[in-house]
Amino acid sequence: MGGKVVTISSGKGGVGKTTATANLGISLASLGKKVVVIDADIGLRNLDVIMGLENRIVYDLVDIVEGRSKLRQAMIKHKKFDDLFLIPAAQTRDKMAVSPEDMVKLTDELREDFDYVLIDSPAGIERGFRNALEPADEVLIVTNPEVSAVRDADRIIGLIEAADKGPGKLIINRLKSDMVKKGEMLSSEDVFDILGLAIIGIIPEDELVLSASNSGVPVTLNMQSKAGMAFNNVARRVIGEDVPFMNLDENPGIFQRLVGLLNGR
Amino acid sequence: MQEELVAIKGLNDGLLISLSATESWQSVTDQLAARIDEKAQFYAGANITVELGERPVPKYELSSLKALLERRGLTLSLVRSGSSTTQISAASLDVATDNHHAAPIAPEPARQETATVNPEETGTQGVLFRRTLRSGRTIHSEGHVIVFGDVNPGAKVIAAGDIVVWGKLRGYVHAGAGGDESAIVCALEMSPSQLRIAECVFRSPPGRRKKIMPEVALVRDNQIIVESRE
Repeated sequence: MGGKVVTISSGKGGVGKTTATANLGISLASLGKKVVVIDADIGLRNLDVIMGLENRIVYDLVDIVEGRSKLRQAMIKHKKFDDLFLIPAAQTRDKMAVSPEDMVKLTDELREDFDYVLIDSPAGIERGFRNALEPADEVLIVTNPEVSAVRDADRIIGLIEAADKGPGKLIINRLKSDMVKKGEMLSSEDVFDILGLAIIGIIPEDELVLSASNSGVPVTLNMQSKAGMAFNNVARRVIGEDVPFMNLDENPGIFQRLVGLLNGR
Repeated sequence: MQEELVAIKGLNDGLLISLSATESWQSVTDQLAARIDEKAQFYAGANITVELGERPVPKYELSSLKALLERRGLTLSLVRSGSSTTQISAASLDVATDNHHAAPIAPEPARQETATVNPEETGTQGVLFRRTLRSGRTIHSEGHVIVFGDVNPGAKVIAAGDIVVWGKLRGYVHAGAGGDESAIVCALEMSPSQLRIAECVFRSPPGRRKKIMPEVALVRDNQIIVESRE
């Protein structure tokens, strides 16, 4: 069946889905994979901004679905990677303009030419999320180490399981190890304890992420950034490499134990 | 007027209460409570014999009946029943049983039409969930609920009977939702966001528990207490 469709989802908004999608796309491309990223957040597009491709948009996802554009016409090639493409969301329409069946049809076509099709799911549990979930082979759930984000992630995971797309894998984004140490933030173990999903990435809080997003050059391209390295590791785990979790802390205890916990399962 | 689901008459040593064997347990007990409350003074202190006919009455239903009578100052001293389920329930509640049918209520023709409903349905059945209940999931059951997995924050379990969680209980649970104070909740880790049994409410104390162990929640003196099982 060719390429693999990976949907990035979260439930709650603002936890870093789009940032994760952009960075994963770039990391996978830099690992030599052919990648297309789809912004499924119709009406509120921003994946193009984070990837620095905003001014190149001519056609969008709705144009493809409604037949105004050929698939190839709407795909925007990344400035740096020849094998990385973006299909942007429409800004003028809403989520009802696309159906889950449209997404399956679209991704089936893309699978033939690409190794990975990444779908940036909108927040929420409604139509837009269904659109992003329906074609998925694998779902990555992005959450922050805070109670409300974990609660929403739990809800989403339940829906993913109900749709037989489960269980999915977890990306814990914006972890501040100094706050965890003081007991002010949930640790990755706390999150694992509630959600019970395999963790595929732990991304540390990093100011470089914001400046990178604003400038349209995702943080993975910055070798100085710990978050960038962490996203790179996620991409390598997605393609099946066994990458140890980074040490985000002077105290190696907790992450080592977490890795042990995951391997034990 | 409501149908006659309940007959009360005097015996030498107390009162004989005959309950319809076919109507729903809820409506029968509701009417019984109403009938007693009409003449509370008159009935107070009496010894009660209950005639249940062929209805299989599970323990939690019989125990809620007993509690219903006791709240009104009546003592349940004898259960007459032709059902072995009921007799076992009575025995486990230390109530004497007698399988002679003294005076069963003859079902009236009009009522027989509704008698096609299998009385077992209101009874002891339970449901088993072999997965973690995640946020947003709600389970309602007329019987017991067993969850083989966790009950996460934001998930809800409401059961007329008992609730058993073979995992971490962190969501909302309501056992004995029909008013049965003998219902219990047990879990390998007892940290519910809210736990109710019948009318009683319990909230986990804030902060982290140091020791995690299997625990059982039950009602004693109108309060929920949580006991560890060692």
